[in-house]
Amino acid sequence: MDFAHSFGLFIPELLLSFSGLVLLLVAAWSGDKGARQIAIGAVIVLFAAGFLLVPGLHTGTDGPATLAFGGLLKVDSFALFAKALIYLSAIAALMIAPAFFAGPAAGNERGMRAEYPVLILFSSVGMGLMVSANDFMSLYLGLELTSLTSYVLAAILRRDTRSGEAGLKYFVLGALASGILLYGASLLYGFTGGTSFAAVRAGLSGEMGTGALFGVVFVLAGLAFKISAVPFHMWTPDVYEGAPTPVTAFFSAAPKVAAIGLTARVAFEVFGSQVAAWQQIVMFMALASIIFGALGAIGQENLKRLLAYSSINNVGFILLGLAVANADGAAAMLVYLFIYVAMSIGSFVALLMLRGEDGTLYETFADIRGLSVTRPAIAWALLLFMFSLAGIPPLLGFYSKFVVFQATIEAGLVAFGAIAIAASVIGAFYYIKFVKVMFFDEPAGVVTGRSETGHWVLLALTALIVSPLGYLITPSLSDLAGKAAASLFLPV
Amino acid sequence: MEGLPILSLMMLVPLAGGLTCLFSPAGAARWIALGATLVTFLLGVVLWSSYEIGGPQWQFTERADLFAGFSWALGIDGIALLLIMLSVFLMPICILASWDAIEKRVGEYMAAFLFMEVLMIGTFAAQDLFLFYVFFEAGLIPMYLIIGVWGGDNRIYASYKFFLYTLLGSVLMLIAMFWMVAQAGTSDIPTLMEYGFPAGAQTWLWLAFFASFAVKVPMWPLHTWLPDAHVQAPTAGSVILAGVLLKLGGYGFIRFSLPMFPEASAQLAWLVFALSMVAVVYTSLVALVQADMKKLIAYSSVAHMAIVTVGLFAFNVQGLEGAMIVMLSHGLVSGALFLCVGVIYDRLHTREIARYGGLAINMPYYALFFLLFTMASIGLPGTSGFVGEFLSLAGIYQTSSLVALVATTGIILGAAYMLYLYRRIAFGGQVNEDAAAMKDITAREWIMMTPIAAAVLWMGVYPESFLAPMRADIAALDARLAAAAPASDARLAPGTPRAEAANALEHHATGHEGMDHSSAEEGAH
Repeated sequence: MDFAHSFGLFIPELLLSFSGLVLLLVAAWSGDKGARQIAIGAVIVLFAAGFLLVPGLHTGTDGPATLAFGGLLKVDSFALFAKALIYLSAIAALMIAPAFFAGPAAGNERGMRAEYPVLILFSSVGMGLMVSANDFMSLYLGLELTSLTSYVLAAILRRDTRSGEAGLKYFVLGALASGILLYGASLLYGFTGGTSFAAVRAGLSGEMGTGALFGVVFVLAGLAFKISAVPFHMWTPDVYEGAPTPVTAFFSAAPKVAAIGLTARVAFEVFGSQVAAWQQIVMFMALASIIFGALGAIGQENLKRLLAYSSINNVGFILLGLAVANADGAAAMLVYLFIYVAMSIGSFVALLMLRGEDGTLYETFADIRGLSVTRPAIAWALLLFMFSLAGIPPLLGFYSKFVVFQATIEAGLVAFGAIAIAASVIGAFYYIKFVKVMFFDEPAGVVTGRSETGHWVLLALTALIVSPLGYLITPSLSDLAGKAAASLFLPV
Repeated sequence: MEGLPILSLMMLVPLAGGLTCLFSPAGAARWIALGATLVTFLLGVVLWSSYEIGGPQWQFTERADLFAGFSWALGIDGIALLLIMLSVFLMPICILASWDAIEKRVGEYMAAFLFMEVLMIGTFAAQDLFLFYVFFEAGLIPMYLIIGVWGGDNRIYASYKFFLYTLLGSVLMLIAMFWMVAQAGTSDIPTLMEYGFPAGAQTWLWLAFFASFAVKVPMWPLHTWLPDAHVQAPTAGSVILAGVLLKLGGYGFIRFSLPMFPEASAQLAWLVFALSMVAVVYTSLVALVQADMKKLIAYSSVAHMAIVTVGLFAFNVQGLEGAMIVMLSHGLVSGALFLCVGVIYDRLHTREIARYGGLAINMPYYALFFLLFTMASIGLPGTSGFVGEFLSLAGIYQTSSLVALVATTGIILGAAYMLYLYRRIAFGGQVNEDAAAMKDITAREWIMMTPIAAAVLWMGVYPESFLAPMRADIAALDARLAAAAPASDARLAPGTPRAEAANALEHHATGHEGMDHSSAEEGAH
């Protein structure tokens, strides 16, 4: 085995792991006092790791040269694209954290804990493994590394009951999902005689038996838990509401990218010869997520809970691209994913900026009444995000829906697309409720506090991406997504 | 005007103005908005004067590929030209109408209106299917804000209803657009207008487009958002809504449904006729019993737009020309009527008809303008309303005498509710002191009213100026539709000529006897 080659492909993860360990030592040495410096170090490391992805992303890599460690991992364009998104989300989650933990929202243990950036780093490593997995063993390894760090992150406010509850719920249901996934993988191993994706794919070709079909269903169900697609979405609102807001922002972006990337890879590379077996399942999950995500959000008062339902709704549209089951659909899915991450991070940053004079965080509709009078910049940015999430042109959210639906219709799934797009109107209802509350209602006047520069920078950046100017990046985005999607559909 | 991208320029001016307004204080924002809309209007005049009648079908074309799926393709024919003129003509008047009426957040208000203008011009000028959709749909955002932020008491309900109704209609159209582009391999509107879609698919595509345009027009029973939105919107919002946004639906029919799916249009014309007939009678009757002035005019809009749809689906030149003139005329007249309501609303802050009365005494000039626009709405000869409605009804009469019969009752009912409204507002005794104390129209209001009045009379006396630019386009559309035109129930069928003259009948009636008689006579000879 050519280890030099494997390690060469694996440099970003190695860098992250090493730096994570070093920063962990620093954290042990300095305690929470050095948390901010550790976070800055982690951001630098993530930037560096992201920079290492650029050449591969630019030229596009696929084929046998991307296999590492004897076929356990596959660092192709698809993995690189997903990793780039994950690192960017992780950087955002680190940038917004210190101000949050410094405020009264963090309860009676003020200040960011030094573990936070380290956990984000390890979580990123796990997600990198997930998206480049090429074997059910490495898949599970990455999934668990991500999940375990996520459980801790959700419960990082130890004295806060909501945070603890979120962590526990996430852990119990996440463990259940992992179990289901493992069971499915074991069934597949039993019926095909291998754990590597290539072996399972080969074993699944031709007529598929009931046992193998069960394996496929269980694996997909386990993954659906991780991406919080209906009907496996129940944990999402509770965890999103309970977890500290920067962690929620992280959850809504990075693990979602990783889990969706993983699902796409499994669907196309492992079950690629049995599209008929999973296409219906994914179609159902897509429609159900769009509809229930939208309906569930309508009654919500808490903005974090609402955004949790919104993320379920968006997962539905992403799965729409997956259900198309061709390279166009996968490319559309990746474009959507990128734009979704921008909108999601932007919305959560805006939520984090809803602070009172003493730094208290506000997170219900009642608190943001008339925000356009008291804090116009935040209100206008939120307006952009909400109309964009609703898919109204000329904002970039329209483009993401545009590509997904175009792929759906071009693949001939007209009725499916028509139902999905009609259901998207339900979602528009609560997005415009945001605008209504901020712009039409009388000011509540509680959001008066100042926000730190880091938040403004992120808010401006994401708002710029979402605004019509964001269309300027779409050619290169489509190009990258196209290369990434193509690497999933190599002839075997 | 070789080389000057005048259409882009017409969109750039209000866009720049809007962005400036967003960050300007109230006073400056008003002047910037007025300046920007006036410059755009002047550019529109240049556009019209340099439009070559009888020249190429698509003029002032611009094309630049943006990125996958979209291209910046603009260009206008006579139909789009006139609708763009209507938009840029009404815009400065809207700004003037909001001069004093809007006091809070003026900069944002003016910006919303200027963005609206960009989107309206873009919708009419777009030559790329997706570009059209972007402009068509993006209008929701500023209009939602205009109704919601600066509207009346029940503005929230109205803004939600407006937004969700129109969104649901348009998303289905988007699906149809994807299918069409996948099928035809191009998103170029002129090409698609000549593309022959399979007849089976046409029905579905037509229905998807219909879902969007029928909400926009609006057609009964999808019209319920309109009275709410109109009543709650500020005056200028109502003017734009009635004047231009409703025309997007009619424009959609004439640009997409008819030329792209002629067979389906013919096949489903009965649906349009049925809905339009119900609309004409039903909404006219509803208008009769309204106590709120704006609501009355809103319902009358639904009735007038039903005459537009009837004319469009008459499948002949008169019908199409009539529909276009009704659209232009209704844009001016209903806009002017909303301004008239706004004038007295600004003074008394109520839209209740019963609170006014005898305004002809204390506001004679106002009563004069109001009378002119009332008459134009009824369709008095010499005003724009007459030309459009006459052509439209003449067109439909050739296709279906029944539809013509029912649609014509709309004119009678229209006269009923408009004259009733006018009597209650302008004539009679001065029942309320505060209404009697109102001052006549100010110089600003003169400036708003006079151009519209002039345009209404011009269109009524010499409609040729408006018919000429679109004659070739209507003829081309008519030729495209000719093959699919449905059989009419009113077309005179040539009978078989009689063997003998009519006065020979009596001779025959005598029957055998006569025959015998004549043969006997012959025998006698």
